[in-house]
Amino acid sequence: MMSIGIQSAAYIAASILFILSLGGLKNQESAKRAIWYGIVGMALAVFATVFGPGVQNLFLILLAIAVGSLAGYYIAAKVQMTDMPQLVAALHSFVGLAAVFIGLNADIMLSGVTAMRDSGVSLADADLTGFGELLWHKNSVEVAILKVEVFLGIFIGAITFTGSVVAFGKLAGRISGAPKKLPGGHMLNAGTLALCVILGLMYFNGAGIWTMFLVTLIAGFIGWHLIMGIGGADMPVVVSMLNSYSGWAAAAIGFTLGNDLLIVTGALVGSSGAILSYIMCRAMNRKFVSVILGGFGGTTGPAMAVEGEQIAIDADGVAAALEDADSIIIIPGYGMAVAQAQQSVSELTKRLRAKGKEVRFAIHPVAGRLPGHMNVLLAEARVPYDIVLEMDEINDDFPKTDVAIVIGSNDIVNPAAQDDPNSPIAGMPVLECWKAKQVFVSKRGQGTGYSGIENPLFYKENTRMFYGDAKKSLDELLTKIS
Amino acid sequence: MLIGTPKELFEGERRVALTPDSARALAKLGHSAIVESGAGDAAGFNDEAYREAGVEVGSAADVWSRADVVTKVRPPKTDEVSQLHDGQLLISFFNPAGNAELMEQARGTGASVIAMEMVPRISRAQKMDALSSMANIAGYRAVIEAGNNFGRFFTGQVTAAGKVPPAKVLVIGAGVAGLAAIGTATSLGAITYAFDVRPEVAEQIESMGAQFVYLDFEETSQNSAATGGYAAPSSPEFREKQLDKFREMAPDIDIVICTALIPNREAPELWTPDMVEAMKPGSVIIDLAAERGGNCKLTVPDEKIVTDNGVTIVGYTDFPSRMAAQASTLYSNNIRHMLTDLTPEKDGTIVVNMEDDVIRGSTVAHKGEITWPPPPPKINAIAAAPKKEKPRELTVEEKRAQEVAAFRAATKSQVGLLLVGGLLMAIVGAYAPASFMQHFIVFALACFIGFQVIWGVAHSLHTPLMAVTNAISGIVIVGALLQIGSGSYLVVLLSVISVLIASINIVGGFLVTRRMLAMFQKS
Repeated sequence: MMSIGIQSAAYIAASILFILSLGGLKNQESAKRAIWYGIVGMALAVFATVFGPGVQNLFLILLAIAVGSLAGYYIAAKVQMTDMPQLVAALHSFVGLAAVFIGLNADIMLSGVTAMRDSGVSLADADLTGFGELLWHKNSVEVAILKVEVFLGIFIGAITFTGSVVAFGKLAGRISGAPKKLPGGHMLNAGTLALCVILGLMYFNGAGIWTMFLVTLIAGFIGWHLIMGIGGADMPVVVSMLNSYSGWAAAAIGFTLGNDLLIVTGALVGSSGAILSYIMCRAMNRKFVSVILGGFGGTTGPAMAVEGEQIAIDADGVAAALEDADSIIIIPGYGMAVAQAQQSVSELTKRLRAKGKEVRFAIHPVAGRLPGHMNVLLAEARVPYDIVLEMDEINDDFPKTDVAIVIGSNDIVNPAAQDDPNSPIAGMPVLECWKAKQVFVSKRGQGTGYSGIENPLFYKENTRMFYGDAKKSLDELLTKIS
Repeated sequence: MLIGTPKELFEGERRVALTPDSARALAKLGHSAIVESGAGDAAGFNDEAYREAGVEVGSAADVWSRADVVTKVRPPKTDEVSQLHDGQLLISFFNPAGNAELMEQARGTGASVIAMEMVPRISRAQKMDALSSMANIAGYRAVIEAGNNFGRFFTGQVTAAGKVPPAKVLVIGAGVAGLAAIGTATSLGAITYAFDVRPEVAEQIESMGAQFVYLDFEETSQNSAATGGYAAPSSPEFREKQLDKFREMAPDIDIVICTALIPNREAPELWTPDMVEAMKPGSVIIDLAAERGGNCKLTVPDEKIVTDNGVTIVGYTDFPSRMAAQASTLYSNNIRHMLTDLTPEKDGTIVVNMEDDVIRGSTVAHKGEITWPPPPPKINAIAAAPKKEKPRELTVEEKRAQEVAAFRAATKSQVGLLLVGGLLMAIVGAYAPASFMQHFIVFALACFIGFQVIWGVAHSLHTPLMAVTNAISGIVIVGALLQIGSGSYLVVLLSVISVLIASINIVGGFLVTRRMLAMFQKS
């Protein structure tokens, strides 16, 4: 058994390793090392806790860890890279659920320990766990604070849990991506929130654990309703927001248990998610609040009418244009992920590059359903990352580009964001692909994108529509390009 | 109108401004032509060939007195100018920047003068850009001349008699002459390097098959669009870097072709005597800038010298003239295109339209007035990326003001945040017990560290970041572990479930992150 001192030392080491692990993600090369910092930190933390003072039921612990690890290994090894967003969302829900359970436990133990103390059992006879002992020593003010923490932990945890489940469903396509709201909308959210606060106050004044069960249910409902009301296009923000919540939930639990490691880690994760959400919102020129409350901000007038027609082109035409082009920019979007077309895109890139053409990728910050989603998919397909550029790096190069290929993206290449002040996405930075000499758009059909906004790009004179499933279209194209 | 071409008086000049072919083309515009007897001999066009093309052959006096338009190659000499008369038009190289007296003399005669080197560098005028066509020849000839003085093959060969290494050619300055030299040298099989102060020509250099010599220097962004496509002088630091690079390359280079010129300035010294000394015996330097002092100061204009260590330095200034047939053909075509623009109706009537950008730009004397220097052309020579110019329009003060304003705003919001945060802390601190505050300090600091660290994360790594933070948030497992030993079965059950799902989270999250990161590769 380790002493408290050694355990604390291990916790400090783990905290530092976690910080290094996040900081190491500043570039691809150091990231490969950073992940090991994270793993070692986590192993250290778990080891120090399990073999630290005040932990019992070692057999159960090891069993649960073994089963969980196997399950985690199985899921992570099996998942397709295109299913990554769902997986991340699903994993967030676990953290939320665990936080709820731990919060409930804390309350149950609190009443247990208080009862024991009041009945006059001495501390030595009580046979308490580490946390139990901590509770034993708490005075009334500390208990009150503890209750607030328990409430917060449960509340945030439950929202994270159901919210992540809904996000998972939406990303996996099991729930429709369209925003849905129950009658009452935001008022309903506000009402239930008020109810939670009231229940929290009752609990605070000694109303018993049933209030917390109710809070769990109601907060769960809020999480479900909140995320159901957000459209699929905003999922990158939602996922990073839930990421943040899961961190805050962990931090709240840390306060409850008086465990600094949990507090530090929770705060790191929480602030990380918050910043990511902020970056995503800024990339879409949206207010965080309006994303969370769902739906686009109100427009002030009718959208500009789109003139012209969409002109289709077949694989031969695209192949001929690519043969003639010297510089090509590919703009992937969610459609590429859906069609699992990244391997074909990679093959196309390889062949074009072998012919001495300059091929680059332009990645919009909110392309896909996760921050950095496209980078991961392209990396999976072994597209070298030094030709994958961010919007700001490449936007000025479009006028010098012969061909821009848009694969399954829509809103992020919508010129209305710049031209039409009444457009719902007005002011959102977009990739100015229409400035290239020629634009090909690989798209399933004539419908509008996730946001349901008409895209004038498709009607431009230098745009040709390459209809069909992205993967099939590209594979057909590959047969024409040797 | 009668177009007249006298024989060039400049010693050694073999070019001629009119060829039989260009005379035929001029005839279609309604012009007739007269040429001084023997004017085309050195370029391979004899009088008979001119007569066949319908060109009158006469004496120099005939040409100067009768022709309405006189076309020449070299700038005219004083006694040539004195033969000009009112209403006559002279089309020739003129060097107006360094020839004020001659210009004044020409103005006095009342004749108009079009200086071929003043043709603006706009797309429409490319067909009359005699500087480019002459530079093209000079670049080609420079390589040929180098080969003539170089004792080895250009291309590497493995023969039965032994292995021959390829020649290494360095072309300094990638203007028209430089690019032509690159093309010639690579097609002869040499390994060609090229350097230019304008980084945007790297692409052109590479397209010609040479390697661009990159400098490890940040401020290389000369915007040549501002100077009409020509190079501008570079900063001393930049020059130092450049020379260091050349010094490093000198021992390996067999042939150096210098073409670096800056308009209206002495040629910059780019190949210093110590570099010449470092070169192997038998190496060759061709200095196309010799007329303006040379990029290598050892160069003697119009001469070929051999240094003590056996390096040949060629300082000829008449490369186009050395290929007189080709140069005459191209130059006479440039002149013909100029005359086409001057004959808008194709009826043999010359109209000097001073509203036309090209004609206005190249005319240096007209109707008894000096019209040089011309106003800037209405169209930019090169369509520069206009976007990039916009931010540059801000003056230093404006920029400064903007920075100050941004700094103030940032300070305001930061101080505001700190104040609000501090106030909240104070409120919490006033009511919460000490044990809570201890943890709270840790919490606040951790949030702060998180904010600091996450901003540095690369955008492309946001998904791995999410996955790894997700894995790390599995730290709640510690909470469950601390509760698992409780006496209550409900607590044990809940915490076992918590441990289980948290483990899924930890292992799954880390593994997925690893899978993602493993895929990132450099090309």
